[in-house]
Parts: sequence; C-alpha cells; structure tokens
Amino acid sequence: MSAGLALLARDVRLAWREGGAVGVALGFYLIVVVITPLGLGPDLNLLARIAPGILWVGLLLAALLSAGRIFDNDYEDGTLDVLATGPLPLSVVAGLKCLAHWLTTGIPLVLLAPVLGLLLNLPMGTFPSLMLAMLAGTPAVSFVAGIGASLTLGLRRSGLLLALLVVPLYVPILIFGVSAVTPYVSGPNSTWPPFFILCALSLASVVLAPLAAAAALRTALR
Amino acid sequence: MISLANPTRFLNLVDRVVPWLSALVVIVLGIGLYLSLFVAPPDYQQGETVKIMFVHVPSAWLGMFGYILIAIAALGTLIWRHPLADVAAKTAAPIGATFTFIALVTGSLWGKPMWGTYWVWDARLTSMLILLLLYLGLIALWQAIDEPGRAGRAAAILGLVGAINIPIIKFSVDWWNTLHQPESIFRAGGPTIDPSLLTPLFVMAIGFTALFVLLHLIAMRAEILRRRVHALQQTQVERAALAEA
Amino acid sequence: MLDLGTHASFIIAAYGVTFIAVGALVLATIEDDRKQRRKLAELERLGIRRRSAKAPASPTVKTLAKPKATRAPAKRKAAGPRGGKARS
Repeated sequence: MSAGLALLARDVRLAWREGGAVGVALGFYLIVVVITPLGLGPDLNLLARIAPGILWVGLLLAALLSAGRIFDNDYEDGTLDVLATGPLPLSVVAGLKCLAHWLTTGIPLVLLAPVLGLLLNLPMGTFPSLMLAMLAGTPAVSFVAGIGASLTLGLRRSGLLLALLVVPLYVPILIFGVSAVTPYVSGPNSTWPPFFILCALSLASVVLAPLAAAAALRTALR
Repeated sequence: MISLANPTRFLNLVDRVVPWLSALVVIVLGIGLYLSLFVAPPDYQQGETVKIMFVHVPSAWLGMFGYILIAIAALGTLIWRHPLADVAAKTAAPIGATFTFIALVTGSLWGKPMWGTYWVWDARLTSMLILLLLYLGLIALWQAIDEPGRAGRAAAILGLVGAINIPIIKFSVDWWNTLHQPESIFRAGGPTIDPSLLTPLFVMAIGFTALFVLLHLIAMRAEILRRRVHALQQTQVERAALAEA
Repeated sequence: MLDLGTHASFIIAAYGVTFIAVGALVLATIEDDRKQRRKLAELERLGIRRRSAKAPASPTVKTLAKPKATRAPAKRKAAGPRGGKARS
C-alpha cells in the first residue's frame, strides 16, 4: 500500500516540478480553443452550439500530447525496469502512473475548460454539467492514453503513433462526453444517461487499461 | 490448429490449397459479377444503383471479418502462444483495411445518387471509417517496432483492445447518429431486401470471402518466407564477418 | 443488354474502384510472395541453408562455421551494452 502511494506521490511531484509538460498541455488547449473561432467566424450563436464539442476535442488532443510522458521518462532512465521487478505488480504500477497523469494533467485541463468556454460563449448554466462530465470522462482519457503510451514505448515518432492508436478508442468518450454537456444548449434531453455511461467507461478503463498497459510494457521491457 | 503450428507443414498446406482455391475464387466471382450486373433487377426505390450494394456490402462484411480474425489471432498470440498467430494477424490487417476502404468508397459512391452527397455521417459509414483507423493503427504499429517478437505481442494487445472497444464504439456512434439525425437513415436495400437481390449478394459475398482467405494464405506464406530469409541473411552476415576476422 | 440507368457513372465508378483496389491487393500479395521465394532461392544457391534443411555437399565447412557463428556475435552483442554502461 505504502509502496503504491510512494510511487504515486513521486510521479505527481515529478510532474509538478517539471511543470513544462502540464503547462504545454494547458497552452495547447488554449491554442485549439482560440484558433477554432478564427477558423469558423465569430458568430456567437454558432460557437455556443459547438462549444462543448470543441472543448472536448481540445481536451482530448491536449491529453494526447502529454500522454507520452506517462512511461517514457522512466523507461529512458531505467526506472521502469526497477519498477517492473519491484514489489508492486506491473499493472498496479501502470495504473498508478495513469492516475498521476489524470491528477497532474487531466484535472488541470478540466479546470481550464470553463474559462475557455467563456471564449466560446458557452452558457454559464452549463458549466457545472461541463465540469462534471469532464471529471467523469477524463480518467478514461488518461487511462486509455496509458495503453497507447505503453504500446509505443521508446519508438520513433511515438507521439503521432500514439495519437493514431488512441483516437478510435476516444470516440465513445468524446460522444458521450459532449452529450453529457449539450442538452442544456440544444434540447430538453437529460444529461444523466450519457453521464452515467461516461462514469462506466471511466471505471472500466481504470480496471482494464492497466492490465493491457502492463502487458504492453512487458513486451517492451523484455 | 495445433497441427498447423509447424510452419513447414503450414507452407505445404498453402502450396496445395492455393491452386484450386484460386480457380474457385475466379469462378465464384465470375458468376457473382454476372448475376450482379446482368441478372439482378433494379430496385423499385433506387433503380440500378442498388447494384453497388453487391460490392459494398461484401466488402463491409470482410472488413469486419478481418478484424475478428485479428482478434482471434491476438488471443492465439497472447494466451496460447501459437507460433503462426502473429503471422496471421500481421497479414490480415492490410487485406481487411483494403476491403474496409473499398466499403467506404463504394458506400460514398452509393450515397451520392441516393442522398445527394458523397459523405454522410451516418452510423454505418462512420463506424466503417473508425474501423479503417483501427486497421491503420495496427499496420502503423507493426511498421514501427523493429523486433518481430515485440511487434507481434504489442499488435496482439492493440488488436484485443480494439476488438473489445468495437462494440462500445459502435454503440456510441449509433447513439450519436440518432442524436443528430433524427430522420430515418437509409438501410441497405430498404427494410427488406428482395430475394432476387439476395442471390447475387451472397454469391459475391462467398466469392469475396474466398478471395480474402486465398490472399491471406499467400500473404502468410510470404511472411513466413520473409522471416526465414531474414534469419538466413543474418547468418550470411555473420559468416562474412567471421571470414574477415 | 446492360442498362445501368441514370446513375451509371456511379455504378461503374464503384465497381471500378473495387476492381482496382482488389487488383492492387492481389498483385502486391503475389509479388511479395514471389520476392521472398526468389530471395530464399538466392540464399540457397549461395549455400546458406537453415539447419533443418538438407545438408549441402560439404558438411565440414558447415559444422566448422556454425558453432563460431552462434558464439562470437553473442559475445559481441553482450559486450556492447555492458561496455556502454561502464563508460557512462
């Protein structure tokens, strides 16, 4: 138990100390949300309608950008080999690293989202459902990104490859994530069914993704 | 399966099967094309364009069939460590991707006379597009990892993860589609397919499937030989190095 | 005879794309198969065989070469990373 917490604390501390990666993800999120209206025109009604979609797509892209960080640093300096032979099962190690990613990158992105929503004229009444939906969906985002990161460990152009591998897996999170926000904006349907599906996706990812990631890490470390 | 685990025995099987399977493919596809183009009647709604269904639907089926094959092969690699499983998975991906691509293009060409646009984000076409992305991811992963052992296992993991996600993706795309396009979406041939259209469809489907199997076997043979060539080339290099030293 | 109706060009295009894509796939598959078989024949011609293949005319050359071939490169490979780490 304490070994796991120690690992988690270490990863969180490293991420915060490094600072750059988290900042890059937040900065990239900002960029995406800024250039979209520049491409689409300043019509506030249009922007309000598509804001949930843009906010989710931007979040996914920013998360993908930072996903390589989950295992790469430890792989390069050999720490991953030590962790693999340590007291914790590799799947637990993988899970804790994904959790660290969620805590240090996912949650900051979620906190930034409503602010960027202001830029897109998202009605402030939707802010609670936006944050709730994102908090429910971002664990899945981080853990699925962990699968991609573990498969592409140490490869050339791993960033692009990781994005290609993970984007199809992100489709359900995106679709239900936006559905859990939009109804206030576009209609009377309840946001709760997609929200619960999002929770289910996250729970399933938290349980299953570490298993797949550990298997992939083992193939890379062999 | 177990008796085929020996690559040499598998190669012998392929050598024996390919000739008559090739003949079968040519005959069945020939009959299928004849039925599709000359015998099948026009649909009362779509006219002659229903003929596109005879290439679109079998291609779509084979795109999905290819991925199922890859998922089973992935289990073979990870659980049973069947020696030919990763060969099967690696070679099935480009074939499945090609059929998925054909399904997308023919679906798009079918759509233009039907709905007026080359692309609609309806549930089926969108799911096919995501399937193509899954295939491309697999192929890219195979290309990116040099060491074949690691590549095989990584691709197997990705294949399984993708296979598990496909029902979820399909469900979410269906949901997304009904959310944004409440009007009824066109289904192949309408609510019921006229029997006179079913026969050409099935003949083409059988022909395409036989073609898939044929190409897959040849590709597996080529892959096994490629690995032997690679091993022998390494021996060649080692001997040359020794001769110099 | 073959009346494809008002949208004939789409039907032709669809069948055309199918034909071309399938044709390209078939050609690529067969060509790759032939290439591997050619390479294998070439290597066999040079006398480099798999251990389970039939022995060539001069078995002494083969048995002398092989033990060295399996040991020496292994040593070189093992020395590499260890040597690298010691340096850094």
